[in-house]
Amino acid sequence: MTRFIERHPAWALIVLIAVAVLLWLILAVWPPGLEEAFGRKRVFLNAVFNGITLGGLYFLVASGFTLIFGLMRNVNLAHGSLYLFGGYIGYAISAWTGSWILGFVIAFLGVALVGIVLQIVVFRRMEGQDLRQTMVTIGLSIVFADLMLWAFGGDFYQIQTPSWLVGPVELPLVTAVRSSGEAVYLRYPMVRLVIFVAAVVIGIAMWLALNRTRVGMMVRAGVDDRDMLAATGVPIQLVFVAVFALGAGLAGIAGVVGGTFQSISPGEDTRFLLASLVVVIVGGMGSIPGAALGAVIIGLAEQLGSVYIPTYAIVVTFLIMVLVLALRPQGLLARR
Amino acid sequence: MSLVQGTHPQTSQPAKARAILLAWPEFNKPAVWLVAVILLIMPFIANGFFLIEIFATTLILGTIALSLMFLAGYGGMVSLMQLTVAGFAAYMVAVFGMSANTNISLGWPWWLATPMALVLATAFGTLGGALAVRTEGIYTIMITLAIGAAFYYFTNQNWAIFGGHTGINTVATPKFWGVDWRSDIPFYYITLGVAAFCYFAVQYVSRAPFGLALQGVRDNPRRMAALGFNVNAHRVAAYAFAAFIAALGGVLQVWNYRQISPGSVSVGACIDILIIAVVGGISRPVGPFIGALIFVILRTFALDLLVKFGLDGNRFRLLIGLGFLAIVFWSSDGVIGLWERWRRRTAATDARPGGGKPHG
Repeated sequence: MTRFIERHPAWALIVLIAVAVLLWLILAVWPPGLEEAFGRKRVFLNAVFNGITLGGLYFLVASGFTLIFGLMRNVNLAHGSLYLFGGYIGYAISAWTGSWILGFVIAFLGVALVGIVLQIVVFRRMEGQDLRQTMVTIGLSIVFADLMLWAFGGDFYQIQTPSWLVGPVELPLVTAVRSSGEAVYLRYPMVRLVIFVAAVVIGIAMWLALNRTRVGMMVRAGVDDRDMLAATGVPIQLVFVAVFALGAGLAGIAGVVGGTFQSISPGEDTRFLLASLVVVIVGGMGSIPGAALGAVIIGLAEQLGSVYIPTYAIVVTFLIMVLVLALRPQGLLARR
Repeated sequence: MSLVQGTHPQTSQPAKARAILLAWPEFNKPAVWLVAVILLIMPFIANGFFLIEIFATTLILGTIALSLMFLAGYGGMVSLMQLTVAGFAAYMVAVFGMSANTNISLGWPWWLATPMALVLATAFGTLGGALAVRTEGIYTIMITLAIGAAFYYFTNQNWAIFGGHTGINTVATPKFWGVDWRSDIPFYYITLGVAAFCYFAVQYVSRAPFGLALQGVRDNPRRMAALGFNVNAHRVAAYAFAAFIAALGGVLQVWNYRQISPGSVSVGACIDILIIAVVGGISRPVGPFIGALIFVILRTFALDLLVKFGLDGNRFRLLIGLGFLAIVFWSSDGVIGLWERWRRRTAATDARPGGGKPHG
């Protein structure tokens, strides 16, 4: 952090000012002139919160993608299918047992199992052949998409939010002040906040596991130099399988989250594949903190864009990607 | 040949012919001439449905896939945005030309709208390529796929230029010299002409100094850079050339269907182009056309076939996906690779002393 400020003082200043302006916009009571030019503060705050919580969801999807890519150089274009599969499992389980939490557990385990099978049966046979693996994942995504369409049809499914999470919660953020001087506070759906906190916890747990445990050390070493790690006698195939299972399982969890936030239907796999691609390109390929930063940036850009410039919202996301590729092709937080 | 009769131009005639044969070895094979003749007399063999739905569609998809084959085969860059470039050209034809959506279309005549579309789409593809070459290797797929997907969602969202998710309908097609060029037979010859032009252009470029340098860049970029070649400039130029070919395919596509909508530039469609190129084989320009023929035939007849076997006819994409997986698993070079392996095996059987008859 300090090194970044030393090396790029201008960029650090710009980032600092941007963060300060954003914080002021969130915390302060907007003067009337600003409300006239920019719309209601409630709309803005809602967009910001939607963006950040959507970023949490994107992080869950993209962290698995970037983990698999970083370690195995496998661009898993079937990652969106794993997301969708997790969503369907979560829907089926929670509709059958009525337990939302159980849906998460089964979705994680089920999709992780698919990941294990894929890694052992398919990808281990073509290790080191990046392009061929990617082609195989494309073929798999087509097959999975059609199988899921066959099993679940083209309907929209929404996973029922459990009763203890239904309803809004009042946040200590003033959206407006009534003429009587009474402050109006922001009300925001509880479930989105809880899921965002869960995503943050998962992210921190992953960071700790990667940076403080022995297995995490192996994974990091594998990201840097796979061959050398194998030469030191580490059972690298086991590490691969574990990482693939974890990455796939995270996509499965994300599917349940997505099914609760929004809905699941055919085509969502592509949407979330695109999201993880852009998040990973922006944040830096193979970097977990990069995925977190990229996810928040893309989530915010998407939500603010869809509120303020609805017909060009996707262009904002895309421009961010172009800008990052032009200025820092390896991604914002990648080391190389 | 006698020296007495020979004046200068006459003596150089066979030499020139030999030079052409050296430059274009495919003219020396009877099979090539046979295919060319069959393609030329196709309108007398096939009726309207087969002519347009099978053969013209094959040629159009093959042309778009050819641009991917050029990038992947000679440049080593697997770009998933070739269909997006084609779709952009198609949209531009609809936007600048005439269509039923009069609030969008500018109503230019076709001879102005088409070059405009080609230029813009080539510029679009070149810009995308310039972005994609910022990183290397496997990242290319990710970036080009992101560009393709972003374009798809953009066309879905944008109503002012791209007509939202309904797209632009009833696009006008060229009519001049008293011929409606969209009626079956003239349109078939247009697609055949464009496909042949693109095929030979790719063949030519692959043997020209630029193409050879590009193949050098594919095999060893560092060495090429050390030799003084500008690696990135070669790659971007390859994207520009491929974008022009894809744009030609896109113009033909919008004339064929007379409409363009986000469904035509969806991610699935982008991936279909990759499937076509990979199934056909990306080592030679003929591969994409073979792949396109297989794809179109499967797409058209899979439903009937599946129903005949007592299966659900809607599982066409499952069939395509499994076929693609099988090809990727067992052949590194698609159908061409399988064919060459088979020929080598039969040749080996032939050459074996006292060997039996070749199979088949």
